[in-house]
Amino acid sequence: MVSPCRLVLPGFFFVSVLSVFFPPPAHAQERPYFVAYDHYLEEPGNLEIEYFSTYGTQRGGNNFLAYWVEFEYGATAWWTTEFYLDGQTTFRDSTVFTGFRWENRIRPLKREHFINPVLYVEYETKNGADKIRKEVEGHDVESDFLVSNGEARKEHIHEIELKLILSSTFKGWNFTENTVAAKNLSNSPWEFGYALGASRPLALKASAKRCTFCPQNFIGGVEMYGGLGDRYSFGLRDTSQYLAPVLAWNMPSGWALRISPGFGLNDNSHRFLLRWGVSREITGFGSMVGRLFGGRK
Amino acid sequence: MKAMAAALAVCTSFIGVSVVLAQSQTSDKTPVGAAPKYDPAIYAELQKAPEKARKRANPLQNDPDAVAAGGILFGQHCAECHGDAARGGTKAPSLRAAEVQGATPGAIFWVLTNGVVRKGMPVWSKLPEPQRWQLVRYIKSLGGTVPAGDSPVTKP
Repeated sequence: MVSPCRLVLPGFFFVSVLSVFFPPPAHAQERPYFVAYDHYLEEPGNLEIEYFSTYGTQRGGNNFLAYWVEFEYGATAWWTTEFYLDGQTTFRDSTVFTGFRWENRIRPLKREHFINPVLYVEYETKNGADKIRKEVEGHDVESDFLVSNGEARKEHIHEIELKLILSSTFKGWNFTENTVAAKNLSNSPWEFGYALGASRPLALKASAKRCTFCPQNFIGGVEMYGGLGDRYSFGLRDTSQYLAPVLAWNMPSGWALRISPGFGLNDNSHRFLLRWGVSREITGFGSMVGRLFGGRK
Repeated sequence: MKAMAAALAVCTSFIGVSVVLAQSQTSDKTPVGAAPKYDPAIYAELQKAPEKARKRANPLQNDPDAVAAGGILFGQHCAECHGDAARGGTKAPSLRAAEVQGATPGAIFWVLTNGVVRKGMPVWSKLPEPQRWQLVRYIKSLGGTVPAGDSPVTKP
């Protein structure tokens, strides 16, 4: 078994080391969502390193703490690519590494519209002990998590996940709707899910002075997400559904904090999920790496 | 351990590919050591603003704090590419050029909102509208000193 420190500390280590040795961070303007995506991509050449946790209650079993590290890179202004490493600790059970994901978001339209589509493609290699709840799809229900880590990790899952992200910004509000279609490549049916989000900065005008606690640095909102069954049984029956207020704090130092208490909306859902995350954006990462390999000065 | 090794291999590969792509997108034909020049056509984006957008007046035109706030926003979001003094950087052109300074506030706001996605400038509608207008005030306050196509490229 992997100790919790071996999974949790690398995330902090990466963030800390890169923060110390890399040039000035960008002032992040992160949306507060954990599950939903909006149409804004990472700025080209920037790398954002993020560490997130989900604490979940489990009826009839042990509560858990799942965590993941994300490396989000703006390859171009219309393509963002992201790599995840996931793990979890189930209390009174064990800590396990649960897999990795590679996601890509592509913006097909050149200009801003009232509704802005983004195409999302993700490949996941994980085991059955994965509990990060980064998305809810198909007939994912709370009782799936009763299996012990030792048993669950024997299941290997290779999954493709597609999303259509439709996002709008109106009078400072962001509204986003994500439709999820996921396919376990081991001959399972397509599964579906959704995520909805709305958020707004606490102030729309920027302050004329640098400040850490100015209201424009805080973005509050709410997200709702859940499964929609699979191709044989589409709908809300035997699915889990969640509603979660969200809050992000974008600090001038380049750090961003996010927190979200989530509440299950039906008997199939975890009663409570507490998510939190810390991230830091590093500007010009692509150029720096390019220079290492003899690129343009 | 196999999964971890595979994860690290994929991580390394994707960062490598992404960096190569990012480099190729921003690279030009300028020899190493010489100052890269920008295609003056980049400024033509301002001319693509629809008439209605071009005619929009800045609602913060008389806001005494708008330039200072815009300057802070510029430092946080724009200076990385356009240079600390907006004289142009390795990735983006000068905003002191006559084409920018001669453009209407509405046209600059339109470019900020829509980005020039295919040429590397992201969409900035993630900033609330008043903040984009504060940025416009700051950009217009810089005054025109450098002709387009002769953009200084080194960060001050």
